[in-house]
Amino acid sequence: MIKESASPKTLVDKIWDSHVVRAESASTPAVLYVDLHLVHEVTSPQAFAELRNRRIRVRRPDLTLATMDHSTPTTPRSSGRLQVLDPQASAQLDQLETNCAEFGIRLFGLDDSRQGIVHVIGPEQGLTQPGMTIVCGDSHTSTHGAFGALAFGIGTSEVGYVLATQTLLQRKPRNMELRIDGVLPVGVTAKDIILAIIAKIGIGGATGKVLEYTGSAIRSLSMEERMTICNMSIEAGARAGLIAPDNTTVEYLAGRPFAPKDADWNASLARWDKLASDEGARYEQSVHLDAASLAPMITFGTNPSMAIPIDGRVPDPAAAPSSAERTDLDKALRYMALEPGQPLLGRAVEVVFVGSCTNSRISDLRQAAAVMRGRHVAPGVRMLVVPGSRKVKSQAEAEGLDRVFVEAGAEWREAGCSMCIAMNGDQLQPGESAVSTSNRNFEGRQGKGGRTFLASPLTAAATAVTGAIADVRSLS
Amino acid sequence: MEPFTTLTSRCVVLPAENVDTDQIIPARFLKTIERRGLGAHLFADWRLDDQGRARPEFPLNSPHARRGGASILVAGHNFGCGSSREHAPWALLDFGFRAIISTGFADIFRNNALKNGLLPVTLLQPAHARLLELLAASPVAPVTIDLDAQTVTLQDGTAHSFPVDPFARHCLLNGVDELGFLLGEEKAIAAYESAHPARVCTR
Repeated sequence: MIKESASPKTLVDKIWDSHVVRAESASTPAVLYVDLHLVHEVTSPQAFAELRNRRIRVRRPDLTLATMDHSTPTTPRSSGRLQVLDPQASAQLDQLETNCAEFGIRLFGLDDSRQGIVHVIGPEQGLTQPGMTIVCGDSHTSTHGAFGALAFGIGTSEVGYVLATQTLLQRKPRNMELRIDGVLPVGVTAKDIILAIIAKIGIGGATGKVLEYTGSAIRSLSMEERMTICNMSIEAGARAGLIAPDNTTVEYLAGRPFAPKDADWNASLARWDKLASDEGARYEQSVHLDAASLAPMITFGTNPSMAIPIDGRVPDPAAAPSSAERTDLDKALRYMALEPGQPLLGRAVEVVFVGSCTNSRISDLRQAAAVMRGRHVAPGVRMLVVPGSRKVKSQAEAEGLDRVFVEAGAEWREAGCSMCIAMNGDQLQPGESAVSTSNRNFEGRQGKGGRTFLASPLTAAATAVTGAIADVRSLS
Repeated sequence: MEPFTTLTSRCVVLPAENVDTDQIIPARFLKTIERRGLGAHLFADWRLDDQGRARPEFPLNSPHARRGGASILVAGHNFGCGSSREHAPWALLDFGFRAIISTGFADIFRNNALKNGLLPVTLLQPAHARLLELLAASPVAPVTIDLDAQTVTLQDGTAHSFPVDPFARHCLLNGVDELGFLLGEEKAIAAYESAHPARVCTR
């Protein structure tokens, strides 16, 4: 007879079970403990206001960290300081400073050398660790799942609940396995894997579920590549993305400022070692993909599931399986000014953006720079390179990557979300097209009337030097 | 939070699928530190032209759907996907909506809506299709949503049940939020904390 406690558990089961403050019942969701709460300027002001109104303190400021990223300028500093010219953005940033000071929360503000995109700095500082629960008022919190942490985005009301109680009411999510085996062909990256996955399962294909990525292709990825994959889990509707920790995870974390030290480190290693899904653990659904069959991917439409291999052709809405999908595709092609059957290769773009919590880490910049070295941004193209954090920026500068970009004619910027969300002045003009390494190609996402083609840093760089959508594999 | 019990109202139909929160409230309006006033920017790039004038062909601008007239939005599948911005339900509420009927919602949007008294109603596809048919025939005929009974009664008198988490239902019916409940869990939270040392420290 098999005892209940011996039944094999998945990674998400294990993290969930170790964070339940009160178990869920039919009438009430579980009270789930939050190990780390990341805060930024855009989705927190109304939460702090609520605490102030109700005279509630922040329960665990020592488990909370704030930074500034969404509405911050990325234009060069003058005498070391960033000038925030937009009065509304400036007021929002000031408000975060005031809130952090009043409630005793540590803030990596614009003058801090550790400032950057919230999902870049958490891992970079060693705050993001296996087995933790992590939340932030930002849907791309799924990024942290790359470390085997259950990490998900929440709204502003829930930001307030976590500030006040360090817990959330949650129903246990369902699980889904995405197994990717095989070896990636040259020129195909983590970004192409996740775009291919979203194209396969759909924009709502993982709604209500946690996606666990498994298989030999995932095991062979670096931590930064794993973050790119988990980052876009939300674009398939997933509650979170997860990858079991392994030696790659441990090597990445060793020696980072907030990673455990000494005896704590050894104890942590022992805990992390037990996190991976047990042999025979069951997933409610499993989808398999062969890495060797993948090509560089690019989106053609107005949501991230509308993606094709870069040498493919724009699909014909008339061939869509349902009338709703036909309408959706028709609308997308009209917005993108594309015709059914048209190839994307050779389509001119005005802007190339390398950045965002998806692809702004040092390895992303190295890949883009490798393509740019000795080449020049094509006439009529504006290229922005925006490092994910000030640490990434200084690392890139130490390696001379900034000079590669600047000599190629690209703009080398300060750290932030920049043109991914286009609320800091970095934006497309109406009718402009961009190849972007970010995560969303929704209508107007990068500026009202702008058209976004999502792709990898390699494809972005190849496009910048070509002046039109290009396949990095055929760059001479 | 204002309680939600029953609602009888006209509907506005926005049939597009996968409507993302960037459409509901574009990012350039997120620089506010307030919850109020976002209705003016609801679906800004679809509802308004470049001069800020209402586009007459957009459903939310139809004469019977004017501000305050219709408080039910009938939407396509996977409504509210994308960004976690709670500004999306705030904008919908500020514009005058109290409920959204669809065949499915994105997780974070549904959570955010429930916490603000905006009821996401998930109907099975045939009932949703029937509702669209009836609205095409008589656009101003009202629909009734009864949260206690968890039913939507269509213009033809047929009632269709919808699921809602019992705890969210309790909060909505009574106009209370979850924070009060979580604060009441103080003892259990403290007990958890003494049994589990902090896994990280940001200090």
